[in-house]
Amino acid sequence: MVERGTLRVKAGLAEMLKGGVIMDVVNAEQARIAEEAGACAVMALERVPADIRRDGGVARMSDPEKIREIQEAVTIPVMAKCRIGHFAEAQILQALEVDYIDESEVLTPADLEHHVDKWAFDVPFVCGATNLGEALRRISEGAAMIRTKGEAGTGDIVNAVTHMRAVFGAIRRLQAMREDELYAAAKELQAPIELVRWVAEHGRLPVVTFTAGGIATPADASLCMQLGADGVFVGSGIFKSGDPERRARAIVQATTHYLDAKILADVSSGLGEPMVGISASTLPESERLEARGW
Amino acid sequence: MERWTRIGVLALQGAFREHARVLERLDVAVSEVRLPGDLDGLDALVIPGGESTTIMRLAELYGLDEAIRAFAGPILGTCAGMIVLDREHLDLADLVVERNAYGRQVASFEADVELVDDPRPLRGVFIRAPRIRELGPQVEVLGRLDGDPVLVRDGPLLLASFHPELTDDTRVHERFLSLVRERVVARTPEEVRSR
Repeated sequence: MVERGTLRVKAGLAEMLKGGVIMDVVNAEQARIAEEAGACAVMALERVPADIRRDGGVARMSDPEKIREIQEAVTIPVMAKCRIGHFAEAQILQALEVDYIDESEVLTPADLEHHVDKWAFDVPFVCGATNLGEALRRISEGAAMIRTKGEAGTGDIVNAVTHMRAVFGAIRRLQAMREDELYAAAKELQAPIELVRWVAEHGRLPVVTFTAGGIATPADASLCMQLGADGVFVGSGIFKSGDPERRARAIVQATTHYLDAKILADVSSGLGEPMVGISASTLPESERLEARGW
Repeated sequence: MERWTRIGVLALQGAFREHARVLERLDVAVSEVRLPGDLDGLDALVIPGGESTTIMRLAELYGLDEAIRAFAGPILGTCAGMIVLDREHLDLADLVVERNAYGRQVASFEADVELVDDPRPLRGVFIRAPRIRELGPQVEVLGRLDGDPVLVRDGPLLLASFHPELTDDTRVHERFLSLVRERVVARTPEEVRSR
C-alpha cells in the first residue's frame, strides 16, 4: 500500500536536511546563490526578517508568484512561511507544493490562541519554540521539525543560545527523572505525557531540531551545532552581509566541520562585513518576535 | 560481525546518524567521515541520504570526491548517496539517476518494495526520491517498486533509492554487511598485516 503524508515521510525530509544550512532568499538569483553555496534548502520570502523589522506593518505569506519563481530556480527543497494559526495560507502553500511550511513568528500572528492543525496537511511543517514545552506542544499539533526561535533579523545570537539551552537542558533534566516524576514534569511543561516519556527515554526530541534567529557568522553556526542543533537556518545573516556568496559558503562549511577549529578559522577569514545587527536586549517588548506563539 | 570491522558514514550532511545507529545495532564499529584522512583504515563506507548538491559541494572542497573514487571497500549509497555515485557524479556505479523523479515533498511516500530473493516485502520510505533511468549490463537488480529498480548491486556497491535507515527493518544493512564480510575474508595475509 502506498501512503503519503505519514509522519515518517514528513519527518524524514527533515532528517535529510540535517547537518545543513537553510537560507532565507527573496528571489531566484539569491536562491541560486544559496544552492550554489551548498544550502540544503531555501526559505522563500518577500522580505528577510531584518527588513520586516525595519518596515514594520503586517507581515504575511509571500506572493505565490515569488514562491514559484524560486521553485523554478533551484532543485533543493523550497520552504515558505505562513502566519501562526493561518491555516488558509498553509492550504495555499500546500497547493503550491512547497516542500516544508514554516508556521512562523517572523510573520504577524493570525490567531492569538490556536496554531495550525498540522496533522490535516500532507506537506510537513516546521515550527519555532523557545523551550521544551512549546516544542512538544507544536509536535503534538503535528509539526515534523522544530527550530529554536532565537530573535530573527537581529544578527544577535544570544536568544538562539538561550532557547537551545532551554530545550536541550530540559531534555537532560527529564532523562534524570524517575518514571513517576514525569507526570508532574508533563504538567509543568504543559505537554502530553506520551511525548514527555518518549523524550525522557531517548534524550532528544522525536523530530529534527534546527536553530534559527541571529546566526550571522561561521562561528555562530559552529556554536549552535556544538550546543546540540541538527542544523541551522540563516535568515538575514547572509544577504544582509557584504559578500553573501562567500559568507554563505563559509557558513555551510562551518556547519559540517563545526568541531574543526582550524577549518573554522580558515572559512572565517576575510569574509567582509557581517550584517550590522541589533542587540536583541535593546528591543522593546512589542518588537520581540520570540514572544509570538505559545 | 567482528568488532574490528569498521565502517565509515559520510557525515557531510544528511541522515548520517540514522545509518550509524542501524550499523551500531548490528554490532559494527562506526566512524564519521568528513575529510579524506577519515577514510584511512575503513573496511566500507556509507553515503547517506541528504541533499546531493550539498554533499557534492562539500566533498569537492576538501578532495573527498577523489578520495572516495580511490576508496577500495564496498559502498552503500541511499537516495542522495545513490545519486552521487552515478555516472554523472562520482562515476563509480554504472547507472544514471534522475533526481526528484517522483516530484516535490507532497509526492513523497512509503510503499512495499518487492525483493528478488525474499518473499517478505520491505517497507521503503521514498523522500523526494530519485529514479534509476539507465542501468549498466552487469548491475544486478535486487528490489523493485512497480517494476522500477529501487535496490541494486554493482560489484561492491549497494544502492537504494529509498531510505532503509528510517525504518526498523535492517535487511538492506545486513545485506551490505555480508558484502563487506566477503571482502574482509578475501583479504590476503599481506593486506591484513599492513593494516
